[in-house]
Formats: sequence, C-alpha cells, structure tokens
Amino acid sequence: MTVKFSKDHEWVTVENGIATIGITNHAQEQLGDVVFVELPAIGKSVKQDEQAAVVESVKAASEVYVPVSGEVVEVNKELEGDPALVNREAEGSAWFMKVKLSNPGELDGLMDKAAYDKFVNG
Amino acid sequence: MSDDAPKRTSLYDEHMRLGARMVPFAGYDMPVQYPTGILAEHNWTRENAGLFDVSHMGQCLVTGESFDAVAKAMEALVPADVLGLKPHQQRYAQFLADDGGTLDDLMITRHAEDGKLYVVVNAGRKDHDYGWMERHLPKGVTLKRLDDLCLVALQGPKAEEALAKHAPAVRDIPFMAYADVEIGGIRAQVSRSGYTGEDGFEISVAHADAAKLWNLLLADPTVKPVGLGARDSLRLEAGLCLYGHELDETISPVEADLVWSIAKRRRAEGGFIGAARVQKELAEGVSRKRVGIKPQGRAPARDGTVIADASGREIGKITSGGFGPSVGGPIAMGYVEAKSSVPGTKVNLIVRGTSMPADIVKLPFIPNRFKR
Repeated sequence: MTVKFSKDHEWVTVENGIATIGITNHAQEQLGDVVFVELPAIGKSVKQDEQAAVVESVKAASEVYVPVSGEVVEVNKELEGDPALVNREAEGSAWFMKVKLSNPGELDGLMDKAAYDKFVNG
Repeated sequence: MSDDAPKRTSLYDEHMRLGARMVPFAGYDMPVQYPTGILAEHNWTRENAGLFDVSHMGQCLVTGESFDAVAKAMEALVPADVLGLKPHQQRYAQFLADDGGTLDDLMITRHAEDGKLYVVVNAGRKDHDYGWMERHLPKGVTLKRLDDLCLVALQGPKAEEALAKHAPAVRDIPFMAYADVEIGGIRAQVSRSGYTGEDGFEISVAHADAAKLWNLLLADPTVKPVGLGARDSLRLEAGLCLYGHELDETISPVEADLVWSIAKRRRAEGGFIGAARVQKELAEGVSRKRVGIKPQGRAPARDGTVIADASGREIGKITSGGFGPSVGGPIAMGYVEAKSSVPGTKVNLIVRGTSMPADIVKLPFIPNRFKR
C-alpha cells in the first residue's frame, strides 16, 4: 500500500476510500516519550491541514493535523491506554484515526517516502 | 561567536559525545535529554543515580571582613536566617523586590573560611542577581563571580555509594552542608543538596577538571547522564519551585508556600528588602497560594492552564504542569485563591476548551528522600 506524507509529519495510507492517519517515526523521535493522545470524536468532519488530535510528550503538547479532508470513522482506542505505542510503532499499529475521504485529489499534493525523507533530512 | 549565540558549558563536548539533544536554556546550549529519553532518565534518577550538568547556574562568593559582616549584608537582601548558619551549612533563600515580589531563589552557604558566603543563583537570573547584589551590598562586602567553576549534580538513592567510591568523606556530609573533598584526585566542593527530591550532591569543580569528573562518575554502572527534561519532571514531582514559573516578580515567598525558609527571628524583626509585604501576609494571610494539582484524567495540563471552581469561575492558573513518571500520571503546580487551596478541593482545568476535573493535593507528589 502506498504511504503518503505531509509536511506536518503525518503519514496516510488509503484503502477503499478510507485514509488511515498517524504521525511519522521522525515526529515521534522529535517528541520523545509520548504520555497522552487526544483523539477526535467519531463522526467529526475534518478539513485538510486542520488540527484533529493532540499528542503529548513529557515535555509538551503537539497538535496533529489531518493531511486529508473527510469524516472521522474510527479512532485508535489502543493509544488511550498505551500512548507509548506511538514511540514503538509510529508508522504501524500506532495509527491515530481513520477518515472517510471527501476529496481524494488531496492525496496528490502529499509527498511520497523519498520526498518526505528528503524533506526531513534536507 | 556573536554575543547572543548560546553559551556552552565545559561539558558541551561530553553531551555531544553522549548523543544529547541540545536546547537553548537561559542563554546556554543545554542537554534536554540523552538518547534513552526523559522517562528513562527520570526513573533512573529515582532508582539509581542521575548525573546532571548544572554549570549554567551562577556561582559566586560574597566576601567581607567577618562572617558577621557578610551574613548581615546578605540578611538585608533575603528573608532567610543567614546569621544562624554554622560553617559549611547552607540554606535556601529568595531575593525580594521592594514590593515583596520574588526576584530569584538561591542557595547560601557559609564557607569554612571566615567572611565568605558561597551563593548559587539561577542561570537565567545571574546577571540580574549579580547587579542586584553589587548595588545593595554595603561597603566592605564584595561580590566575586566564580565563572571559572563548573557545577554538576549527582542525584538519587545510589548517589552516595557512587561518589563515596572515589571520596569516602562524602558519606559524612549532612543534608544542606558541604565539604571540600578530592574525587579521584580532583579538588571539589561537594554539598549534600539538589533539586530532585532525592538524596544527592552538587559538586563544584574547576572548568579544567569538569570532563574528567563527569567521565569518572559516568564510569560507575549506577550513574547515567540526565538532561533538563527529567530535571524538570523530578523537581515538579518533588514540589519544588522553578523561577519563572512558581516564582516571579509578582509572587511573594508567603504566597509560594515558602514560609518554612523564613526563620522566626526574621519574620519578627524584618530588616530585609520586601519585608513589609512578607510580614503583612504572614499576619493577615494571602489571597492566593501555591498548590499541587492532580488532574483526574490522563491529559496533562500545562503552564498557563486556567483553573476554575465548580461554578466555572476562574480561581487561578497552572504554573508548571506535565506528566509525572513516578506518579504515573499528569501532575501540576499552580496558584489558586487561598480559600480553594485546601487539599481535597475539587477544581476544573480548562484544557483546549474542555473542562477537566482535578483535585488540589498536598505537595510533594513523591515523598522527599533527603538524608537528614
């Protein structure tokens, strides 16, 4: 499955019109130990680049932006009991939310892995 | 290097070598964490021994013709009992403004040599504090900056064991006192103090010896380096004030619940800058007070979060808030109206527009384990 990346350090994969969204491994490294994740309500409609979640490390709170527009159809309840999963598996089982895409064309504006790695490492 | 480029401590190369993440803090490039991360560093300090570079703090000497002369000069600037210090003893104090607001908090040590006080102030306030002292110290009492010294802290239940391997004499240093010792051939001034709530030491050495001392201590398997991130979570759990958060120019030591640091004689006699407000608040009470706050949920409430009463009325603000690794959940300190400061009081924290229940609790969050 193709993974796309945003400049705000989120990743997205899409299957049957549903986007799974999380934060990148680079983002979790920058945050440090994650101690709390606040997820959006199911059914919430979100716009591209809008803040939809919050991830808190020991030191600070950071906003998580959605790289695509749509409706939140599922959130990862695992993160409420085990926020440190974000540190262990940021780009895997520690996904934040699933969004039913309202404008699939937005995906074209996101970076592929090579472009994101270049964006991060300069 | 330009004037506003962050300064480096003598241990900068060691931090780099250890893979620290550096952040600007109080004009210095300081390690916020090492690769193991803040949680691991915090827990290591509570269980073993953490080594901190605190060389950014301001070390200085106040000297005069006799202890009596320097102690009296210092007592004019702080509400603490300085005259009562025995040689080698140290005490926590605050500089207050004329209106009783807090200019900085500091440690004052009576040097073994007559007529000398060793003073340590906060990094971000040292230029202010040195100027303040120079302006207010009387003739014959002078300030000498000790910019050629480094300061490291070794904190945790295994700190004594680790340090005593090189300097057995440190076992006999009482809490809040110092001794001159040699650590592996390095001349050091070692005090039994710190800012983590654990037993431990602060070790002052010459710049040239700093890296040697640092690596000697790190060679012990019970000692690991700890950055400013864990230093903050450790002191927050220990209920200790951080200047710029729990203390500032608007806050008095009475509001900050630091009355324990003001001796009875000084409360009665006054005679220090800011005494009028301190004495008035001691007699009549304060309108706001520093408290511990425990959110009931999992979400941390950060510095600046509004604290409301049951009716939703604002009664104060959080001054430090985050996650307490040893507590296993979010913790905070802040100021609330005095009538809401009793432990057990229910309050609400307004986090991202949502009201979250929390309790006012007794400080510290983790019992202090100082060696008394």
